[in-house]
Amino acid sequence: MRQGTARRAWLYPAVAAGGFRRYATYGTATAAGVFTNTVFGFILAYTYVALWDERPGLGGYDQAQALTFVWVSQSLLAAGALIGGGFQEEMQERIRTGDIAVDLYRPADLQMWWLAADLGRAGFQLLGRGVVPLLAGALAFQLALPADALRWLLFLVSVLLGLLVSFAVRYLLGLAAFWLMDGTGINLMAVVVTIFFSGMLLPLTVFPGGFGEFVRLLPWSAMIQVPLDVLMGEHAGAGGAVGALGFQAGWVLVLLGAGRLLQSAATRKVVVQGG
Amino acid sequence: MADALGASGAAEVAEVAGAAPGAVAGARRGGGLPFDGAIGVPIGVPIGVPIDVPKRNRAVEGLRGYGLIVAMWVRSTMTYRTSFFLSAFGNAAIQLLDFVAIWIMFSHVHALGGFTLPEIALLYGSSSISLGIADLVLGNTHRVGARIRDGSLDTMLVRPVPVLAQVAADRFALRRVGRTGQGLAVLVWAVVALDVDWTAAKVLLMPVMIVAGAAIFGAVLVAGAAFQFVAGDAAEVQNSFTYGGNTMLQYPPTVFAADLLRGVTFIVPLAFVNWLPALYVLGRPYPLELPGWVAFLSPLVAVVVFVPASLAWRAGLRSYRSTGS
Repeated sequence: MRQGTARRAWLYPAVAAGGFRRYATYGTATAAGVFTNTVFGFILAYTYVALWDERPGLGGYDQAQALTFVWVSQSLLAAGALIGGGFQEEMQERIRTGDIAVDLYRPADLQMWWLAADLGRAGFQLLGRGVVPLLAGALAFQLALPADALRWLLFLVSVLLGLLVSFAVRYLLGLAAFWLMDGTGINLMAVVVTIFFSGMLLPLTVFPGGFGEFVRLLPWSAMIQVPLDVLMGEHAGAGGAVGALGFQAGWVLVLLGAGRLLQSAATRKVVVQGG
Repeated sequence: MADALGASGAAEVAEVAGAAPGAVAGARRGGGLPFDGAIGVPIGVPIGVPIDVPKRNRAVEGLRGYGLIVAMWVRSTMTYRTSFFLSAFGNAAIQLLDFVAIWIMFSHVHALGGFTLPEIALLYGSSSISLGIADLVLGNTHRVGARIRDGSLDTMLVRPVPVLAQVAADRFALRRVGRTGQGLAVLVWAVVALDVDWTAAKVLLMPVMIVAGAAIFGAVLVAGAAFQFVAGDAAEVQNSFTYGGNTMLQYPPTVFAADLLRGVTFIVPLAFVNWLPALYVLGRPYPLELPGWVAFLSPLVAVVVFVPASLAWRAGLRSYRSTGS
């Protein structure tokens, strides 16, 4: 029993390391991704400059903060797999082909297994595709990056919580394949929702009135909007930071819990075909 | 990328099963396999003697093969009908969100870069339709990288249909009509909302702009596919020029720095997709010093960029070495 617990203690870090290494082998793809994120960063940055020239202080940001929003969110896209590229397509394919039965046989929890692999992937993407676009943006534009180490630490905690929310949502999508078989449609709809409600399209503070307040309460705002506000000190002070991180942690618990419920419903559906 | 590798297995089976009858039919009609007795080549012709296959047939067979593979993928897509409708709707919706973003911007400002919302809608709609068409017809050429890696490009080389036609039709995604339809809706709204003094030249320029724009985006897609023979899994680079270019073309050129404008005018001539013709229609000057008649050059530019793109594709295909078994 004790040995089993010990084995499990290193199992998930090992799975995460595997996820990291797996993506680290795609060197050219990573370079291509960095290039694409940088190009998109430039295009969006110019449109934001035009917008904030016209309306300084829009959404509570000055121009430097708005540009920080553009470049940091480009750095977070791949890590959060916000427009695809995560694990759920692979999971859906395993469900469709029946390979998921192998995963269920493992002496590991299905949700924790995929979570560990996805965090490993996200860790690589954060380093591989996060740093360079941000540096390019900081060189070409005046950004509002903090000089304060504590703020960066809070930002990294907030990014981690954002990654967990993103995973939890995508895990629900993955499980949906037990009922839908083909995940293409639902994945695409999920991307639509994520683009709109995460703040990737425009900072959620720019969304008008009550609608803006509503979208800031949804889990997707935990993926980009909240980490950026933490970085730029919009949630300054201990109370503000606790509130922001607590909001993210709340969604992590709710969504991971929903994943567990759906998982047990789904695994009861599995019929292993002999062969 | 991992999913592309994983998911191709099942698709492969479907494709081989679907394409084989087409390939056989093609050979019977005299298109491809020169050693097939059924097409009237004398049996006894020594191997190595060049056999005249009329040039026209290659293009016709390319289109025919393309059509057959496309039809097969459409049938296959329709197996999961709900998923198809969700995807088509999702494609239109993703596209629409860009416009919603612009619309939200205009809830705070009256003009962006000196342009009004209907003027930007003209840019937005025209670029979206052009990219939508190019993406529907040639978008899946980006999968060539995955096929090089898993070795399945080899099966395409032995079929009597030009490889480019096969690669373009590979996993044909009909759902992309969603993007085109949505772009068309915005363009129609723009034309209604705009106060343009329509002349014959301006009316004529609109369809020319759409088609030439689609061809320019198409050339970028073919060039991107060719690049993958050299660069391996760098498919995402072409997104910078297609989706990135599309995003840029949705905004007025006055928003961007002059160096960027020079780059997309003279190097990767995306400005000819819609900026130059649309600015002529709107009666506005292009921020760079260019004569007015360049607005009419889009078709010529499309031809000019397709030549190096297709040469690059041929060179890439010639350099291809199979990964082996």
